[in-house]
Amino acid sequence: MKLKTLAFAAALAVSSAAQAQGAKLKVGLMLPATGTFAALGTAIENGFRLHVAEQGGKLGGREIEFVKVDDESDPAKATDNVNKLIKRDNVDVLVGTVHSGVAMAMAKVAKDTGTLLLVPNAGADAVTGPMCAPNIFRSSFSNWQPGYAMGEVVAKKGHKNVVTITWKYAAGDESVKGFKEAFEKSGGKVVKELSLPFPNVEFQALLTEIAASKPDAVYTFFAGGGAVKFVKDYAAAGLKKNIPLYGAGFLTDGTLEAQGADADGLLTTLHYSDSLNTPRDNSFRLAYAKTYKLQPDVYAVQGYDAAQMLGIGLAAVKGDVSKKAEIAAAIEKAKIDSPRGAFSVSKAHNPVQDIYLRQVSGKENKLVGVASKSLADPARGCRM
Amino acid sequence: MDFATFLIQCLNSLQYGLLLFLVASGLTLIFGIMGVINLAHGSFYMIGAYMAFALAPVVATTFGGGFFATLLVGTVLAVALGYVLEWIFFSFLYEREHLQQVLMTYGLILVFEELRSLAVGDDVHGVQPPEILAGTLPLGEMMTYPVYRLFVSGVCLALAIGMWFVFTRTRLGMMIRAGSTNREMVQSLGIDIKFLYRVVFAAGVAIAVLAGMVAAPVSSVYPGMGNSVLIICFVVVVIGGIGSIRGALLAALLIGAVDTFGKVLVPQAAGVLVYVLMALILLWKPDGLFKAG
Repeated sequence: MKLKTLAFAAALAVSSAAQAQGAKLKVGLMLPATGTFAALGTAIENGFRLHVAEQGGKLGGREIEFVKVDDESDPAKATDNVNKLIKRDNVDVLVGTVHSGVAMAMAKVAKDTGTLLLVPNAGADAVTGPMCAPNIFRSSFSNWQPGYAMGEVVAKKGHKNVVTITWKYAAGDESVKGFKEAFEKSGGKVVKELSLPFPNVEFQALLTEIAASKPDAVYTFFAGGGAVKFVKDYAAAGLKKNIPLYGAGFLTDGTLEAQGADADGLLTTLHYSDSLNTPRDNSFRLAYAKTYKLQPDVYAVQGYDAAQMLGIGLAAVKGDVSKKAEIAAAIEKAKIDSPRGAFSVSKAHNPVQDIYLRQVSGKENKLVGVASKSLADPARGCRM
Repeated sequence: MDFATFLIQCLNSLQYGLLLFLVASGLTLIFGIMGVINLAHGSFYMIGAYMAFALAPVVATTFGGGFFATLLVGTVLAVALGYVLEWIFFSFLYEREHLQQVLMTYGLILVFEELRSLAVGDDVHGVQPPEILAGTLPLGEMMTYPVYRLFVSGVCLALAIGMWFVFTRTRLGMMIRAGSTNREMVQSLGIDIKFLYRVVFAAGVAIAVLAGMVAAPVSSVYPGMGNSVLIICFVVVVIGGIGSIRGALLAALLIGAVDTFGKVLVPQAAGVLVYVLMALILLWKPDGLFKAG
């Protein structure tokens, strides 16, 4: 009996010691390790770990311990997975994810439990819109941002009538909405909004529609395998030489090898480019390439910056995650020294950042210029 | 929609329908005729597409051949794969419940996805069509039509006619059909049904792989591509009527038309139209358009 009491007391002591300052800080990484987005999940994790390693394995004076869950990009399993991390593994901080639907489930749980959440990719406007919360931050972008920037670019090129085409799902809709808002504000007109169900990739019928309505230009949002097929089909249908194609940056990110010559010359907007050539970006790219024997991409940058944001927050409270208000205040005030260029976060906690105009040349997204300077998401529906 | 556009859309729907038949043809054989529920069909299709990408450089250096040599080598490998798979796994399943077939073939999907990830990684790839088929034909004032798409349609028609001929007009086809109706009876007539089924299964896998290889230049090659075609393949076989090649072809053309014109005319409902079509046809004819036997 005595022994049992002793053991119980010991267990108590251990668990309270784990809460103490010296103990490791548990970061729950909820990223896709399998499925379509597996490569993106790896890049984000690499970026995150790179920053932690640069800080000697510590953020805010506390050693970092990672707990990983493969979210499979499956929204149906998302709530279970987040709860596992929070309730079973007792993580102090959540990081994730790529898929917007899964990120929304994470945001919901984070909002309810008050756990600090850093979103390193998912662009759903709602994460820093209606779902915004003091403890939710995003290190990437909102779908609205690249779309809006491209709307300004296309209007400046003098195009009047534009057709948009995308998958009928949140990311595509939001990107097109952003584009339309900026483009029509500058006097252009979106004459037709084409869409097809996600992840359908049979574009031929809609390409025929585009040819029939003869617009001045086409704006599109596709990513991954769909982006490859769309760019190839657009060229094969003979439209590339007649109707210029513009897109959100994901059209040509991680897909150029597969798209080949069909992507040459395409203009896209994103918050990162392969050839920024700033000292900050160069040192990041070198460190990343040395550590992982891989070239970094926009996803790696987003993971790296998520770690930077966490570091800034934790430094302000000397690693005490229970001081949530102080952590949030520190990140809100900070200028995050990102490889993409320094940025701060908006009131709704989305990056206020330069959106670059890039052109595909020789299988790289070469920098053309800044499409929209310090662009802030309007954070519609956010009450905080 | 003016008349010229309408004609182009008709061409699009015909071409998409034929592509669907091509993709579903292996399933017609294994599920439709042999009666094995094969969820791994999409994986075989994916393996084909990745073969077109990864095998081409190997074939080019060892045999000096191009696209068509790759098709040949890939098909031979696929027959071997199908033969071995049937031997190790599927031969135990014919007399078991459908649920066990579902479980095992679902397991195979996971295994093949993971192997693909280990062997070629998770990147997206493109495959160039062969030189002689790389051209385009002018179509209307703005568009062009890739010759390769016409080639795909041709392959599909040839495959449809070939399969139909073998199964309805030859002794081999008769034995296979008999085997799917009554295994024991066929066996007692002195036919080596085990070997026969092993060969047919291998052929089904080979057709699925070939479809993947032929479709690769138009569909591009990406992780999870197999799962995205799997459901539509089952829809084709079910609408057409289990075991009917004629039905599968007709169903594929019908789906091609509904999908193409649906996307253009009622884009909001484009995602469900195909399934509405399936529901309506099954209400009208519960066994599909042409039920074999």
